[in-house]
Amino acid sequence: MDVFANLGLGFATVWKIVWWAPGFLQGAFAIPLPMNILLCFVGCLVGTLIGVLPGVGPIATIAMLLPITFGLDPVGALIMLAGIYYGAQYGGSTTAILVNIPGEATSVVTTLDGHQMAKQGRAGVALGTAALGSFFAGCVATVVIAALGAPLTKLALLFGPAEYFSLMVMGLCFAVVLARGSILKAFCMIMLGLLLSTVGTDLETGQERMTFGFAPLADGIDFAVLAMGVFGFAEVLRNLENPEARDVVRTKIGRLLPDWSDIKQSINPVLRGTTIGAILGILPGNGAVLGPFASYTVEKKIAKDPSRFGKGAIEGVAGPESANNAGAQTAFIPLLTLGIPPNAVMALMVGAMTIHGIIPGPQVMTKNPDLFWGLIVSMWIGNLMLLVINLPLIGLWVKLLQVPYRLMFPAILIFCCIGIYSVNNQPVDVAFTAMFGLFGYILIKLGFEPAPMLLGFVLGKLMEEKLRQALIISRGSFWTFVERPISAGLLLVAVAVLAIALLPSINKKRDEVFTE
Amino acid sequence: MKKLALGLAAAMSLAFAGGANAQAYPTKPVTMIVPFAAGGPTDIIARIVGDHMSKTLGQQIVIENVAGAGGTTGITRALTAAPDGYTIAMGHLGTFSAAPATYPGLKYDPFAGMQAIGLAGGTPILIVARKTLEAPDLKAFVAAVKANPDKFNEAHAGLGSVSWTTCTLLKGQLGVPKLNAVAYRGTGPALNDLVSGQIDFMCDQIVSVAEQVKAGTIKAYAIASEKRSPALPNVPTTTEAGLPDYQIEAWNGIAAPKGIPKEAVDKLVDALNKALNDEGTQKRLLDLGTVIPTAAERTPDGFAALIKRDAAKLDPALKAAPK
Repeated sequence: MDVFANLGLGFATVWKIVWWAPGFLQGAFAIPLPMNILLCFVGCLVGTLIGVLPGVGPIATIAMLLPITFGLDPVGALIMLAGIYYGAQYGGSTTAILVNIPGEATSVVTTLDGHQMAKQGRAGVALGTAALGSFFAGCVATVVIAALGAPLTKLALLFGPAEYFSLMVMGLCFAVVLARGSILKAFCMIMLGLLLSTVGTDLETGQERMTFGFAPLADGIDFAVLAMGVFGFAEVLRNLENPEARDVVRTKIGRLLPDWSDIKQSINPVLRGTTIGAILGILPGNGAVLGPFASYTVEKKIAKDPSRFGKGAIEGVAGPESANNAGAQTAFIPLLTLGIPPNAVMALMVGAMTIHGIIPGPQVMTKNPDLFWGLIVSMWIGNLMLLVINLPLIGLWVKLLQVPYRLMFPAILIFCCIGIYSVNNQPVDVAFTAMFGLFGYILIKLGFEPAPMLLGFVLGKLMEEKLRQALIISRGSFWTFVERPISAGLLLVAVAVLAIALLPSINKKRDEVFTE
Repeated sequence: MKKLALGLAAAMSLAFAGGANAQAYPTKPVTMIVPFAAGGPTDIIARIVGDHMSKTLGQQIVIENVAGAGGTTGITRALTAAPDGYTIAMGHLGTFSAAPATYPGLKYDPFAGMQAIGLAGGTPILIVARKTLEAPDLKAFVAAVKANPDKFNEAHAGLGSVSWTTCTLLKGQLGVPKLNAVAYRGTGPALNDLVSGQIDFMCDQIVSVAEQVKAGTIKAYAIASEKRSPALPNVPTTTEAGLPDYQIEAWNGIAAPKGIPKEAVDKLVDALNKALNDEGTQKRLLDLGTVIPTAAERTPDGFAALIKRDAAKLDPALKAAPK
């Protein structure tokens, strides 16, 4: 079995020993260090930390830490960045349960029942269930990536520009249909994202578009600038508006390990959540965010007594948390096999890979097998580490949550500014970030979700490029998207998804689901 | 907190470094602007050469990546800096020879308005094609392209990139300037589509394509240098393959603002030569498929002549190219 040989390579990469000869020892001897494991640990720890802290997301953190990874070798750097990403998914649930603030967008659902459980004195069980469910989901997702990675990479060779374009159209249709709130608003945000992505120098002709003759716009809007503005800065602004007093659970956390009846109640939701999350995570339209919502809806629908939900039902924690983690990891599949980032964090991973001279795409697996498999194995090990970090250290995280926000937000803002500046060494980037921060705040106030906009922005550049490539190759004929079977199939799915969502009966149900 | 303190310390040391007097050059770190993102070929060459130059100069060469507009943003910033020898740039074929004809509103003059220091390294260019293309060799390929220019698709990494510049020269020389060109964001994705047969051919640096050529997933028609490359000894030169006029290399070289002190020029040239003579540095460059420049090319005059020669060669093709 190739998979085992490959996973073996992955383990060897993760456990690679680096001989570290610190300067102060004058070269007397070198210390053997399992560098990649350490980086994985650092990533998970930092990830959990930022997941716990509301207002700093993985997007801002990865953007801030990018410059620091310059000195590392690419495998270690990506292992650490990936650790931050899925570590944040774990940490986000801690805040959701204890403070009723979702640390991450994906842990919104966990607040519904998790926080209720905490109020009933079952915070420990909620946290334990979330951690164990996430661990299980993470293990399954790792196997899924290992199994699907190779076949999908082969499939990628069948994908030309036309297929990539249709795939992204499908992804955006999914993103519109599955976004929270009104379909129209989500559609507007995606369109705005696409528009923003067209700012800058045109690839084919070198003409500047929508730059108003302003030199810093000649290369378009930097992704990190937009992301840190609408997520980092805007989130800080939004938090400042809330009163300082936070709803931190003062009651005892209680025992962490769920008892037998808890386990019996959670095991099926965990299995279903993992499946739902893993499948949605692979979708190009930021499916990972949808996993928890979908899982929650399913659990509520099939529950014998749906009224328990929202009042501390353990299924409402176990299912969505598993879905969340499974999706967070399978989201790596489109990135590693097709080079298409399915969500904003993955888009940043693209940036990280490019900085280290690795172009994401099907060739990563053949050209850098140690990176591909090392990353996959590190995810599994990272999940194990997270279990260790999360359960015994919960007391520490709770303490951290009691740090007043007035002390936290200046530090967050400064780190964001340093991070933004260090990406391109351009002061104007910091100003742009501030502007997008204000813009993001207005969006939040008006009830628009910034996430679809970011996805539209990320996919926009690639979509335009692929659309034009496909049309140049077909000598301008739009039929190329329909004549090629794979492309036609993808477009058909996209149309079907839109049509179903617009059917009046489904539309009503969808509203019910998302207003919860 | 620790990180914050570190950041502040770094910022303060930078602020104080500005006040140094002109004693023996250099008295403070020299900034080398790389006009592309970190990790690209130009950046890697700058870091390898800059590392050894720092030893000779006795001051650190700090690499600053200022990417944008095909490298012209960073070069503009470097060449408009104070001519004191503390800001230099690592440019390439595109930013120094091709930019004047590619970008009409260019804010610097690489011929008369800049002090050339020397060539740091050259990278051979290959003409590569999808493995299923019928033409078995370069002659057959040239004949096929000339006969049916509208049947072919060429890939490049965007206007102003090395692949665009060198392939535009090829199309100009073959008399098919309007041949279908498909732009990609970087040669990596372009190579992907070449491997899967979506496009027909492209011109690119040996570093990017060597692995695929060796693996047989794409085929190489010729290398546009005088000599075959040790990395791909089976690929003929353009002279051997019957297109002797097509000679082009993607080189990288160092330049400074016009009017920097003579002492600074001499010391930089000396440091560059010592770096290129160093065995370790040479090995690191050769591993990248780089050709080590000749003694003449490493001097200001030799490098300036090279910039002009390639500009003259590229000019007609670039001006005729559809933009």
